[in-house]
Amino acid sequence: MRRVAVIGVGDTEFGELWDSSFRDIGIKAGLSAVADANISADNIDALFVGNMSAGRFIEQEHIAALIGDYAGLARDNIPSTRIEAAGASGGLALRQGFIAVASGLHDIVVVGGAEKMTDVSDEESAVIQSSAADQEWETVLGATFPALHALIAKRHMHEYGTTREQLADVAVKNHRHGSLNPKAQFQREITRETVMSSPMVSSPLRMFDCAPSSDGAAAVVLCPLEQAKKYTEVPVEIVGSGQASDYLALHHRKDICTMEATKAAAKRAFAMASLAQKDVDLAEVHDNFTISEILAVEDLGFFKKGEGGKATEAGLTGLEGEIAVNTSGGLKARGDPIGATGLAQVVEIVTQLRGKAGKRQVKDAQVGLTHNVGGTGATAVVHIFRRA
Amino acid sequence: MATAPRFWRENPSRYNLVGIRCNSCGRYFFPRRAICPICHRKSVGKIEEVKLKGTGKIFSFTEVHDTLEELVLQKPYVVAMVEFDEGPKVTGQVIDCEASELQIGTPVRVTMRKLSEEGPSGIIHYGYKFVPVKEKAP
Ligand SMILES: [Zn+2]
Repeated sequence: MRRVAVIGVGDTEFGELWDSSFRDIGIKAGLSAVADANISADNIDALFVGNMSAGRFIEQEHIAALIGDYAGLARDNIPSTRIEAAGASGGLALRQGFIAVASGLHDIVVVGGAEKMTDVSDEESAVIQSSAADQEWETVLGATFPALHALIAKRHMHEYGTTREQLADVAVKNHRHGSLNPKAQFQREITRETVMSSPMVSSPLRMFDCAPSSDGAAAVVLCPLEQAKKYTEVPVEIVGSGQASDYLALHHRKDICTMEATKAAAKRAFAMASLAQKDVDLAEVHDNFTISEILAVEDLGFFKKGEGGKATEAGLTGLEGEIAVNTSGGLKARGDPIGATGLAQVVEIVTQLRGKAGKRQVKDAQVGLTHNVGGTGATAVVHIFRRA
Repeated sequence: MATAPRFWRENPSRYNLVGIRCNSCGRYFFPRRAICPICHRKSVGKIEEVKLKGTGKIFSFTEVHDTLEELVLQKPYVVAMVEFDEGPKVTGQVIDCEASELQIGTPVRVTMRKLSEEGPSGIIHYGYKFVPVKEKAP
């Protein structure tokens, strides 16, 4: 297996991008990654695109070819492939690109992720997002996507004494980080009170416990590590890649307070990297709800099971903490354009490892991790990156 | 959202609480599965359909204030994850009570009710919901 490096990253702003179409944002992110990597179209061997539901958000399928086409690559006839795993589509697209380069099949691969969510109403967007859960045995019985996460939160509070305030602290921290990120959808700091007085969505989760709907795209360029110095002075190596699945419906899982897929994906990624949790300086984790970040920091092994809430409250996951979690603002504040999210996480980690994260820079960052989840935890993808 | 045929196809499970027992390991599953996820191939030919009793306990619950338009539910309503006495867990609404009357561990039983109506065709979906089991006076 060849060693693989990230040599370019690019993204769009996240939010309600009324002026921009799906094609616009996909191409904008891709072109900026390609420019960052100092490559041109004829260097590109393959394209992978993460996207959850263009068919329902914009009534367009076959988007791998569409993105390739509008990226100006149609006449080069390069292979372009769409990857779907609900919220984990972007992370899984990265893994496919990684495998393609590591295997020796392709040299230069562009991996993008994009979602255009605001062309449909908020109500319709909620219906589409709920399709990541089991339609026939969860959704139809009244369990919305936030309701399923509320069941996790309620049980986590019951078993481990996690408090309502600790859930709020996740959102407060991620908004603080978002306020330092000029590309974040929300760049305004909030307080515990902001979260706890926001409208109830599904008890105990309120509006400020939930990531927003967003438009946005992000992209990265990969190549074999041994060629990376040709393109960039600071290559970032992908030293670990892990993926795992679990039962689709939440109620079938071994323990709803633990995402076994996250644990398995992390175990595989850490084994490949020959690294341990203590080696990681910062992590972008899948905080689609505040409770999700608490599970993530536990299941990734940064804190013991049940300690995620306390660790957050104690500031251990802030910029100056033991491990800086979601320095971009996370899905909560940076925004969550579903298919783009897993790639936006990589853009943040690479920016940090290059030392270019400005006001939110983690000091002397050497190793970073991304964690991307599909549904309520039926797919998880973990990648580990090191400054080469 | 399940379309009519997709929904009706699951009727035996949904209407009659038919799950399976794997006679290789003795575990129960709901809804029906062709293969036991614990025993894998060893379970082939050893899957038996069984009707669950429909009694269990609340494992977790939430009061839903913001729901999907198409579910046409009166808000707020309670959704719980229920652990059946036989072992499997399911997700469903708890009715005829307020969320404040419930706790993790509250005993419940199944009741068959209307779940939703499908669009202009007016097809009505039925399925299981839960009601709290009132403690008997000593
Ligand atoms: Zn079995």
